[in-house]
Amino acid sequence: MPGLATGAERFDVGIAIGGLPIRICLNDAEFLRVLQERYAGFVTSPSGAKFEFEIDLAPPGLISEDEDVRVRLDSGRWCLDRGDFHAEWNASAARGRIRQTANPYSIDAVLRIVHTLLLAEEGGFLVHAASAVRNGRAFLFAGVSGAGKTTISRLAPEDAVLLTDEISYVRKQEGGYSAFGTPFTGELAKLGENIQAPIAALYLLAQGSENRIDPVRGTEAIRALLSNILFFAEDAELVRLVFEAACEFAGRVPVYRLTFLPDARVWEMIS
Amino acid sequence: MNSKQYVARSSEIAARRLGDEMMIMSARDSTLFTLNPVATAIWEGADGSTPLDQIVERRICTAFEVEHDVALRDAEALAERLAEHGILLLSDAPFTRPERESK
Repeated sequence: MPGLATGAERFDVGIAIGGLPIRICLNDAEFLRVLQERYAGFVTSPSGAKFEFEIDLAPPGLISEDEDVRVRLDSGRWCLDRGDFHAEWNASAARGRIRQTANPYSIDAVLRIVHTLLLAEEGGFLVHAASAVRNGRAFLFAGVSGAGKTTISRLAPEDAVLLTDEISYVRKQEGGYSAFGTPFTGELAKLGENIQAPIAALYLLAQGSENRIDPVRGTEAIRALLSNILFFAEDAELVRLVFEAACEFAGRVPVYRLTFLPDARVWEMIS
Repeated sequence: MNSKQYVARSSEIAARRLGDEMMIMSARDSTLFTLNPVATAIWEGADGSTPLDQIVERRICTAFEVEHDVALRDAEALAERLAEHGILLLSDAPFTRPERESK
């Protein structure tokens, strides 16, 4: 009967990271606002999205008991699980569903995983690295927690545009590799600029008693890069793709060890 | 291990040669290995149909100036270690292709 329909109102928002827009659909206006604030600078029109996720909000509490991230391919459908979310994604249909509580951390994790899967297919990856653009070229600073990603980001001069202080987005493009800004933040809690630039170098961070740069080549460079690449899937083909991506990247982009003192002079060496 | 062992590269790996070294990643558990030049020569000879002692004779003894018995002993130890990680397959008989691809 007209006027008595009780269908919940639907909302959507587009989130474009790395130039790949994903449409998020949900029925909670308050959580929509949370997402729009969380991904400010990366919000885009949902109409042009290549992929779509439906969020099904659950009451507060755990979705499952498993706190570790599990990503597995099951009959052509990716299943993503952690204690605070369960997501399924049919990549060929470009559609998925996320069951989570109303917190931005869960969808943040899902987006990271989805982007690692998308990037692997095209020779790119997400990597534990701060990154910044200077003079039109991007520089990546990789390292585990405590290696100095936040420190090098804080020390960046005014002419450097920060892409991220935590997780860098690397895409293989014609002619080389490009780094994109991400909303994935570390201790700095500052969203990166949503821009891209060709990658000039990858620095492996090490804090020391002097500022110095040493080239890292061959197997050592690949091993170091692989140890910093975000990778979740329990899938042999994906492992191969990530391995190949790391080999290709290390063969085309200069890799250095950057030993540095925690002061701004280190940036005099980055240009 | 007797000398008529056959070795085959697992299909569940990703590998790339860099100079005279080989990087191998297990697709099963993402473990990463770097093989030195001698191990790389054995790896490349592990076609599933050539006995390990022949691989050693053809690819190791002359190229690296090592006595056959010493080289074979080292090769057997290496093969066992790689097999433990599932990146190399061992058998007393030559492998058939479907057998290798299923592992």
